Amino acid sequence: MTTILSIKDLRKSYADGFEALKGVSLDIEEGEILALLGPNGAGKTTLISTVCGITTPTSGSVTAGGHDIQTEFRAARKMIGLVPQEIALEPFETVWNTVRFSRGLFGYGSDNARIEEILRKLSLWDKRKNSIKELSGGMKRRVLIAKALAHEPRILFLDEPTAGVDVELRKDMWEIVAELKQAGVTIILTTHYIEEAEAIADRVGVIDKGELLLVQDKDTLMAQMGKKQIEVMLTDPITDIPDSLSAHNLTLNGNGRALVYTYDTNADRTGITTLLNDVAQAGLVLSDVQTRQSSLEEIFVNLVSGEAV
Amino acid sequence: MNWSAIAAIYRFEMARFFRTLAQSFLSPVLSTSLYFVVFGTAIGSRIQEVEGVSYGAFIVPGLIMLSVVMLAITNASFGIYFPKFLGTIYELLSAPVNFIEIVIGYVGAAATKSLFVGLVILVTANFFVDIRIEHPLAMAAFLVLTCLSFSLLGFIIGIWASNFEQISLVPQLVVTPLIFLGGTFYSISMLPPLWQTITLFNPVVYLISGFRWSFYGLADVPITFSLLAILAFTGICLGIIGWIFKTGWRIRS
Repeated sequence: MTTILSIKDLRKSYADGFEALKGVSLDIEEGEILALLGPNGAGKTTLISTVCGITTPTSGSVTAGGHDIQTEFRAARKMIGLVPQEIALEPFETVWNTVRFSRGLFGYGSDNARIEEILRKLSLWDKRKNSIKELSGGMKRRVLIAKALAHEPRILFLDEPTAGVDVELRKDMWEIVAELKQAGVTIILTTHYIEEAEAIADRVGVIDKGELLLVQDKDTLMAQMGKKQIEVMLTDPITDIPDSLSAHNLTLNGNGRALVYTYDTNADRTGITTLLNDVAQAGLVLSDVQTRQSSLEEIFVNLVSGEAV
Repeated sequence: MNWSAIAAIYRFEMARFFRTLAQSFLSPVLSTSLYFVVFGTAIGSRIQEVEGVSYGAFIVPGLIMLSVVMLAITNASFGIYFPKFLGTIYELLSAPVNFIEIVIGYVGAAATKSLFVGLVILVTANFFVDIRIEHPLAMAAFLVLTCLSFSLLGFIIGIWASNFEQISLVPQLVVTPLIFLGGTFYSISMLPPLWQTITLFNPVVYLISGFRWSFYGLADVPITFSLLAILAFTGICLGIIGWIFKTGWRIRS
């Protein structure tokens, strides 16, 4: 894998002394999807804005495809496409002209076939002659993506692409992202929705208070950080956990009908066999057994609250 | 140079103009006609001639300047303020364009629009009065320089403005009075001596005087002064824009 985007000790401070980025370093591999998770004000948008040239960094460096974003800004920016968080479009212009404008801005001549291909891919072809103000919110978001893709970028930033969109459109967006990945585009997306990162990302980065807390392969992260729970359903409810089971640190759920046992998937011994033996010894009759893996959301909450790092 | 970007900005801005072509075209025709009816007829009936030129013809250069200056400022300030207001400026800032290219695109489009309106007024005025242009090259140079320099000023206003009211503040409170008091409808020589001296501090006097000279050979101030004034004004605007882009003032955080 080649590193396509390299961020080194990136810092951004504002005049009032606020430090939005406190030395972020991150290498992004070509063709991967990286999801940046973080609460509001964590620095996600500042990071994107700085890489894309909207905000000037206080210190640190960023290279895109080996080109420094400040000294070789033309070559670097040509490689990058940005879909902003807010819908920002010229309301009176047509879809076609808006997308063509973006292509021109990035130094490419008007290529009707290419623009048609992008509009068709994003289901905007039928709307090409409509002015932006006639479009629904979801369609406008597609136009933003079309604009970002108009210059055929190799790196695409999606700043909260599914914030405030309905479930159907969110699924459509995920499909679009998957297709772009197929086409070899490297994607960095920020999101509040953990399920989004879980569904589409290859790697997950967690950012909070201007610092990158961790970047890890999503599956490894979930395996490493994830705790698994086994829920033992009982035929007859109990009021207290029998003393013989106290060593297992169980909790009682479901009005006394479920015993919940938490274990580490990476441990040499999970303790499940002993638990089930002890449950049988205690004279409890099992009606069902379920397992549940902690979601990325729980991992994220733990990380941000500083419990698990 | 990213010529594609300049062309894209220019074309995008001109599209705004062509979308409202009837308005863009009819508005100056109507306002010029009104000026001729009100000023030309009412005042013209009392002032037959100014320095050998009929009053109606005398006011034509000033009328063109009045509209061109206002339109150049308005078009350029809206052109760059609108992306700021809508948030679409993110694209300009993240594109492989430098500030010179952005200025050429926006200011070029605003200047073209105001030049077009200036020519429409000239043609319209021709229906009302006999116009002669003694120095056509100088006329064209003054017109183009005025369109460009005031579009640069408009661009600065658009960058500076943080709301729509501020955009109309400078044209209405500063530029309009300067134009009306700058000899659009009268010759400076018609004023009392004290006011003649005070008027010389109004930069628009040099602009209108030079432009009128290119039509009828009449000038309130020497033509070289007029040329130097417009060149200095263009230089100052370019200097301010250069500083804005160097510091990212009100554009890039």
